[in-house]
Amino acid sequence: MMYNKVVMDHFRNPRNVGTIEDADGVGEVGNPLCGDMMTIYLRIRDERIDDIKFQTFGCGSAIAVSSMLTEIAKGKNLAEARKITNKDVAEALEGLPKNKLHCSNLGADALQMAIKDYEDRKAGITRPILKRKDEHEHSHGDKCYCPYCDVEIDDGVTFCDACQHDLKEEH
Amino acid sequence: MKYINLDHISSNPLLPEVKQAMIAAIQHDYHNPSSQHRAGEEAAAALEKAREQVAGLINADSPKEVVFTSGGTESDNHAVKGVAMANGDKGKHIVTTNIEHNAVIRSLRRLKSDGFTVTSLSVDDKGRDSPQDVAQADTKHTILTSIMHSNNETGTIQPVEEIARIAREKKIIFHIDAVDSVGIVPFDVKAIGADLVSFASNTFYGPTGVGGLYVRRGVKIFPIFDGGVQENNKRAGTENLLGIIGMGTAAEIAQRDIHTRYDYLKGLKDKFLRELPTVLDEILINTHPVHSLPHLVSASIKYVEGESVMLMLDDEGFGVSTRSACATGSLRASHVLLSIGLSHEDAQGTLVIAFGIDNTAEDVSRFLKSLKTVVTTLRDISPLYKKAAVKG
Repeated sequence: MMYNKVVMDHFRNPRNVGTIEDADGVGEVGNPLCGDMMTIYLRIRDERIDDIKFQTFGCGSAIAVSSMLTEIAKGKNLAEARKITNKDVAEALEGLPKNKLHCSNLGADALQMAIKDYEDRKAGITRPILKRKDEHEHSHGDKCYCPYCDVEIDDGVTFCDACQHDLKEEH
Repeated sequence: MKYINLDHISSNPLLPEVKQAMIAAIQHDYHNPSSQHRAGEEAAAALEKAREQVAGLINADSPKEVVFTSGGTESDNHAVKGVAMANGDKGKHIVTTNIEHNAVIRSLRRLKSDGFTVTSLSVDDKGRDSPQDVAQADTKHTILTSIMHSNNETGTIQPVEEIARIAREKKIIFHIDAVDSVGIVPFDVKAIGADLVSFASNTFYGPTGVGGLYVRRGVKIFPIFDGGVQENNKRAGTENLLGIIGMGTAAEIAQRDIHTRYDYLKGLKDKFLRELPTVLDEILINTHPVHSLPHLVSASIKYVEGESVMLMLDDEGFGVSTRSACATGSLRASHVLLSIGLSHEDAQGTLVIAFGIDNTAEDVSRFLKSLKTVVTTLRDISPLYKKAAVKG
């Protein structure tokens, strides 16, 4: 098994799955091109994350990251929540396989987007309803990483300069 | 609860007879088949017996046309690179398709740096290529057509007889990667008219690490391993005799059982395909309804990701294969699935279910039940599913 026990536990029994009706903040990151999509819903009371839910389309790692992120964030005030990083989530999961680290980059980004959404709404900034970007476009905060060496790469590249691996079949 | 293997495209369990033959071969302590003394000759006799068994399975004219290799990957490499090296003076153009195995794709890519050009043809939405396209792609410089018999991800079988006819008329060497077909479907190299055929022992319940390349007499090909004169001077290196003996036994049984095996596997697949729509909706079947392997189903389950499905099915006691980018570690979705026109999302949710002779109708029923549970759980988590539901 490529995943450790903590990851498998969160994958098998994901915490805080679902949506929140009339959420105070919603954040969505990812792209099926990279393999994963994640939506985070927040209910904020007294500048504190009173409730948090997620929906994820993705591999075992992506689901475990989402679940762990919601556990970390739940109950935190916004100042604390803003400090949660992708690294914190990966560490709480006691590590992810190297080629899965890019999955962990979704979780905290989705949370930060949801907090931003809440703040924007509070400030009266109206935005179009969050919607998934086109296939070949990445949402804000979404990056791709070489599965062989974890170097950040641009969408659409077919070759990783860092480790000299082909990333896409060329015909 | 017994674990049920539904991943017979990745490998297959050894037949009991194969195990017995290999254990007997270990006990026998065979010598080097190339040695000239009595012990060597005894090993050579065992080697040649296996060659006859394998030649019988593919209906080769002569056992000499069978070259033992380390498996499908080596056979593909040998066919593509060996023909290019031996015939590059006649032309440097090769025709293939977009859905070949990486053993062929990457061999061809390697040849590009030696000045070869490659025309790679697209396929239809069930993964079938058109012989007319092959004919049109051929130029006077074309020396090789390399096309797979069946695809390991979709199970779709190509019209190889027609392509062979075109190649023969134009005197172009025709290589068929039949790694997933030989031993599963009746395969007659003479009836098809193939020049080179790659195959692997573990496809037909023989050991891994051993395979073969059929080289029709008269086809010019260089060895890719240099060394001794083993395998009719086509593949240097002392043969993997234990594996080859296992493969020979598996080949003999495959030849004997090929039709009953085919019908049995097709029965399991048909049951699965018949009952699948009664347990789950929104599934795309990528396998050709007629021209396909009897045991393989490629199913794209909408709104879920393949690795998650595979992991949860593993917990439920079923082994399946997935081609999602995440599971294969390749970053991108499978080139085969994108070539047949799947979206990235649907490609990510694609499972390959391959039945085997060790499966039963009861296994299929139990699997369908677990598949429903797993997919329902994951769709409930998926943001794509909710959106689709709202849209619908």
